[in-house]
Amino acid sequence: MSDFGTAGRAAMDLVVSADPRLMEIVVLSLQVSLSAVLIASIVGLPLGAALAVSRFPGRRALIVVTNALMGLPPVVVGLLVYLLLSRAGPLGDLGLLFTPQAMVIAQSLLVLPIIVALTRQAAEDAWADYHDLLRSLGAGPARSAATLLWDIRFSLVTTVLAGFGRAAAEVGAVMIVGGNIDGVTRVMTTAIALETSKGDLPLALGLGAILIGIVVAVNAVAFLLKDAAARRYG
Amino acid sequence: MGSLASLLPLRLANVTYDAGGKRLLDSVNLTLDRGPRTVIIGPNGAGKSVLLRLCHRLLRPTAGEVWFNGPETVDGRRRHAMVFQRPVMLRRSALANVAYGLMLAGVPRRERLRTAEEALERVGLRHFAAQPARVLSGGEQQRLALARAWALRPELLLLDEPTANLDPSATQAIESAIQAMHVAGTKIVLVTHNLGQAHRLGDEIVFLAGGCIVEHAPVDRFLRAPASPEATAFIKGELPW
Repeated sequence: MSDFGTAGRAAMDLVVSADPRLMEIVVLSLQVSLSAVLIASIVGLPLGAALAVSRFPGRRALIVVTNALMGLPPVVVGLLVYLLLSRAGPLGDLGLLFTPQAMVIAQSLLVLPIIVALTRQAAEDAWADYHDLLRSLGAGPARSAATLLWDIRFSLVTTVLAGFGRAAAEVGAVMIVGGNIDGVTRVMTTAIALETSKGDLPLALGLGAILIGIVVAVNAVAFLLKDAAARRYG
Repeated sequence: MGSLASLLPLRLANVTYDAGGKRLLDSVNLTLDRGPRTVIIGPNGAGKSVLLRLCHRLLRPTAGEVWFNGPETVDGRRRHAMVFQRPVMLRRSALANVAYGLMLAGVPRRERLRTAEEALERVGLRHFAAQPARVLSGGEQQRLALARAWALRPELLLLDEPTANLDPSATQAIESAIQAMHVAGTKIVLVTHNLGQAHRLGDEIVFLAGGCIVEHAPVDRFLRAPASPEATAFIKGELPW
């Protein structure tokens, strides 16, 4: 197992020296996943809140579907987006396949159900408390949804984080629509998969360590933020 | 404004309300007019809260009709307001909680803050204006809820056991705020099961039992000589002395 030891040390060197090849991959990963989470949040937060405050036929079915889509396999999302964006596909003319934009699209779709479902859950819990008050003050559905979103903003940090965790950790979707092209669409997870199969353990291990580090750091910051906010606002 | 029809009297005609296969209110007839403070009293499960919610349009009657003499909203502002047993505070400052209601009522931004500050002053919470509402004590939150209702200048204020969870000094603060609103001309309709409070705050009593109005009488007469066996039993059971 000395192989493992040397690989670990080499990985440390890469990380500590901020190896340009490694940094390029890290930066692209963050760009893609953060963009996807941003887009999914802009769409998903209002949708989730709207789902919480509205009552219409088929609502329960929609909730079940949204919950189920949280477990959507990334490769399936990748495949669907691939079909859409491929030359023969309906959006083929845009020429987006094997670009970072295609990866953002795929990850947005992957993250969206998570944001919608978790937001809906949190908003519905709050809605049980707020319902009478907001109706009493004359708030309509749109205003109620907006008020709920603002009032549960600290819980939504966790929701958005769950989405980010999903996006940053998945391989399947970005692999299929991005193609893992060196210097163009290679992100941390696809690089780890590739380098591991090639036997370049130091780079794979270094990326793995950074990936874990990022996820832990983001969660720690969010936890502290939420904790401080909860103490301040009750 | 001068030609605007008065909101009151409020009339309930044969109002019935069912929920979960149970009849919570059974063919209630009631007229509430300006002036006397009305206290709705009765044992748990009598339908007091349901009655209040029907008046405030939070519930729709299963049968019968609830109607006001005049329009219920004027320029987006509801003319009746409600204070709940458990105050619900938005996650923002005390002042912003009051201002929020004013925003929904269509009050312009500049006027909002001034009106909200006045309302806080009325309930003695001016110095808490910048505090997050949720970290206030239960009594302070209920006063804040009262300020939120007050700021809307309602012609009718419905209160659902506003002091049920409060200690005596907090209760007193709430009661004097309610009294001040009465003096300022707001019609007060208060649900309670506390006879002392009914005596202190009430002019007339509506006694509910089993979803029906059993008595509707002046408070002194009701407490001294209840006309029905249900009311007699209720008063006997509730009297602390």
